[in-house]
Amino acid sequence: MKIRSCREIIETVNKKLNAIIYPSDLGGPAGGFSESDKTVTPIAIKDNICVKDEPTTCGSKILKGFRPPYDATVIAKLKAAGFAPIGKTNMDEFAFGSSCETSCYGPTRNPWDLERIPGGSSGGSASAVAAGMVPMALGTDTGGSIRQPAALCGIVGMKPTYGRVSRYGLIAFASSLDQIGPLTRNTNDCARLLNVISGYDRMDSTSANIPVPDFTESLVDNVKKIKIGIPKEYFPEGGIDGAVKKAVFDSRGILESLGAEFIDISLPHTQYAVSCYYIIAPAEASSNLARFDGDQYGLREEAKNIIDMYTMTRTKGFGDEVKRRILLGTYSLSSGYYDDYYLKAMKVRTMIKNDFLNAFKTCDCILTPTSPVPAFKIGEKSGNPLSMYLSDIFTIPANLAGIPGISIPCGFTKNSLPIGLQLLGKPFAEEMLLRVAYTFEQNTEFHKRKPSICV
Amino acid sequence: MSTKKPIDDKTIRHVAKLSRISLTDEEIDLYRRQIADVLEYINKLNELDTAKTPPTSHPLDSLRNVFRKDSAGKSLAAEDALRNAPRTKGDFFSVPGIIE
Amino acid sequence: MRKNQNAVQEYETVIGLEVHAHLLTESKVFCACSTKFGLPPNSSTCPVCLGLPGSLPVLNEKAFLYALKTALALDCKIQDVIKFDRKNYYYPDLPKNFQISQYDKPLAFSGFVEIEYKGEKKKIRINRVHLEEDAGKLVHEARGAASYIDLNRAGIPLVEIVTEPDIRSPEEASEYLQNLKAVLLCLGVSNCNMEEGSLRCDANISVRPIGEDALGVKTELKNMNSFKAVRDALSYEAGRQVDLLRRGEMIRQETRLWDEAKGVSVTMRTKEETHDYRYFPEPDLVPFTTEKDEIDRMKAALPELPGARKKRFISEYAIGEYNADVLTRDMAVADFFEKTVGLIKSPKEIANWLLGDVASNLKERKISIVESKFKPGHLAEIIGLIRSEEITGKIAKEILPEIFETGKTPKKIIEKKDLRQIKDSGELTSMIEGVLKENEKSVGDYKNGKKSALTFLVGQVMRKTRGKANPRKVNEILKKKLGGI
Repeated sequence: MKIRSCREIIETVNKKLNAIIYPSDLGGPAGGFSESDKTVTPIAIKDNICVKDEPTTCGSKILKGFRPPYDATVIAKLKAAGFAPIGKTNMDEFAFGSSCETSCYGPTRNPWDLERIPGGSSGGSASAVAAGMVPMALGTDTGGSIRQPAALCGIVGMKPTYGRVSRYGLIAFASSLDQIGPLTRNTNDCARLLNVISGYDRMDSTSANIPVPDFTESLVDNVKKIKIGIPKEYFPEGGIDGAVKKAVFDSRGILESLGAEFIDISLPHTQYAVSCYYIIAPAEASSNLARFDGDQYGLREEAKNIIDMYTMTRTKGFGDEVKRRILLGTYSLSSGYYDDYYLKAMKVRTMIKNDFLNAFKTCDCILTPTSPVPAFKIGEKSGNPLSMYLSDIFTIPANLAGIPGISIPCGFTKNSLPIGLQLLGKPFAEEMLLRVAYTFEQNTEFHKRKPSICV
Repeated sequence: MSTKKPIDDKTIRHVAKLSRISLTDEEIDLYRRQIADVLEYINKLNELDTAKTPPTSHPLDSLRNVFRKDSAGKSLAAEDALRNAPRTKGDFFSVPGIIE
Repeated sequence: MRKNQNAVQEYETVIGLEVHAHLLTESKVFCACSTKFGLPPNSSTCPVCLGLPGSLPVLNEKAFLYALKTALALDCKIQDVIKFDRKNYYYPDLPKNFQISQYDKPLAFSGFVEIEYKGEKKKIRINRVHLEEDAGKLVHEARGAASYIDLNRAGIPLVEIVTEPDIRSPEEASEYLQNLKAVLLCLGVSNCNMEEGSLRCDANISVRPIGEDALGVKTELKNMNSFKAVRDALSYEAGRQVDLLRRGEMIRQETRLWDEAKGVSVTMRTKEETHDYRYFPEPDLVPFTTEKDEIDRMKAALPELPGARKKRFISEYAIGEYNADVLTRDMAVADFFEKTVGLIKSPKEIANWLLGDVASNLKERKISIVESKFKPGHLAEIIGLIRSEEITGKIAKEILPEIFETGKTPKKIIEKKDLRQIKDSGELTSMIEGVLKENEKSVGDYKNGKKSALTFLVGQVMRKTRGKANPRKVNEILKKKLGGI
């Protein structure tokens, strides 16, 4: 896709969606790219990934004006491979959210229904790709923030295995859960993008030093004899929207007819995943966000003494959800509570991880819905944090276990809202996921449907 | 995990202070209720006996001993390090006076 | 001070020391910025040590090895699985508002340092040795309106060494610090310079009635910038605490700063209540494991440590406890000593020279023995020349400064300046006869039993020969001439 056509689409469509918050000049001559060059791929970048000298604000007032003096490793790789970052996308503030409603720039809208959320926290990236503004985007996934918006916007979104993609330059939310990943219109682009961003990085101690295969080679239309597990815990009675349930069951039927073998499995600790996550993630986040105090960058509320400066800056600079999670996280790490909360959660995490490792002894990948519900209306859940947290129930376990997951379009509701199918794989088995996803894609038409907002 | 008494205003105030965030009385009440909700849900973890389970702090279990060789490389120029600073004096970051 | 010293008699002082030493690596502990001292402000920084959002730490292998070496030299046990933790608190010299340190699984634990005080040997137990990053430096404007942050120091590797509360006096504390410093210098892992800030010491001190087991309320003492300051501060604080207790008052558990100028400790204005550091495992760093073989090899490969070297000096060279102790405080001096002994077998004399005139010449020039032009060969030559009576000890002392300035050999200097001892009996005899003629009164005194007259006459000969006469021979010849008494 040419950069110029990209810009033109952005100009007409972005006003309605608020997906891109900082268009960039990098995608043009300033970045060394020609606007009409077809060999260059324009790409949108979620606003928590550092692009040198470009605004990087995590959707927050506290980072207003911050331009990092360095590129994230994935950005350096993209630039070297002929990808042009053409803008930063909107997101829940500091990635805390599943609806893209908590950004200081206002909510992003779902291209399929402007009154609805696109999902979060990579809502801007998902919306931009779904609306045809860009062919692909980078998002980040800590508890489902790539997969869930992908499902709600009808596109492909992948969270690679923890350690597959470098986190250097990703503004951290929860360090042991975060991963950067692709949001694209099809599995081909997903594989291409994954090829570029993956790989060992000596700047990231948690980066896996293993070879990167050519992921496009796994795009094979064949699932014969592949064993796919169906975990009963992901299909709770009354816990999933009817249309979602039907679409997922139908998808199973399609894959079965193509030769895949389905096995019933159990992931018994699934019900504890959200609790476990909401201790670990806010705890790590409360520490990661401590650095935002006005000393070196971003917002500063001047004061006579430094404690007041820190307090006023953080009080003014952070939104509600961020404050809530920082308080929750600080509480669970504070003196007297560490054993009961953080340590306990780390142990439950082991149990959740072992559930998957056991399951993978008998199956090659696992199939589940991505989200229990399709896109809900803007404002519908924002008064009830707990209810919002519970909607991440199907995506969170993969982050806790560190395993890869992909969401692909598998159907629509009566109101033309997209429904996503999630596949979860063994550690570093993105190839298996891409293979099954590709096969499904090749034998269905869901990914071809576009929202009417697209030009 | 022992059943703790529900979180109170005093604790929220204390935690807010630890986090360098100031809250109005309404906010203290609101956050207390919301956090109490979440904590109550989280208490679910009490159902599990984790006495013999080792904790996971890294999803990549096998990764150990990641080092870098000791050699001095390139640093940022001071002006780049200070570029985003709200206030500087010469090549220093400037902040309100700290009394020690 | 005297009042306090008497007051501490019925109380026992209990001290624990916490030492932080900068490790001598080329680059910082978690990034590749240089650790060079004295660079322009904020010129040795990068996203990692600035704590910029998105940055990640990667552990410096040498810092890890140096910390392990330190732990092994202090006889510690090494942890099986070593992990780092975040210590969370807000301060402007801490870019991330947390420090990457170690909490419950430090690198090493349960070691000791041997000290000797008032003839008694004692083991000061080491509770833990761990690795962490240093914070930046703050400069405060005089009137307190603003403060300035320089992050060059942020991220420099620190080894933290904590003792059990085994120390019982400021003097023991000083001994401990001297011995610890000697070990670190010997290993080459740190410069241990308190004045430059590469060695810092904080103390925990409490007092209790003699015979009591329970520990008293402790205060933490900071801002002691030299070994002397440590001694003075501990002495003062012990006295202050005893005074309070005698008056029936309580001691507040707090942090106090040593005010060198005023010679008192003052309450540190509390920034916040007792810190809740909310330690949790650092998720951006993976755990570190060591193999037993690796550790054993490392321990076997440690250089001869000061304690062992001192013992060997005493047995091998018979130079006495005191000399052995001072010589082995500085590895370079101990090396110089042994090299010189290798050239001429006079360990006692060599020790005396080193600890006497050589030391004062170095002190005067404010240089270390490695920096000076004075070499083992020079010292060996000097001693050889004295032994063969080519020069007197006095002349040797006089030519030392020139060797320090120029590096010329003693032989060259004495030739050029014609400082050779006069040994020839004939030459000496005629000098002596001259002196006797000029000092008939003294001759008479001597013959009348005044022995000191002989010394006087020897002195006169030395003066006449400008110190070049061989004193022994002069004595011999004089006595003969005087008829011997």
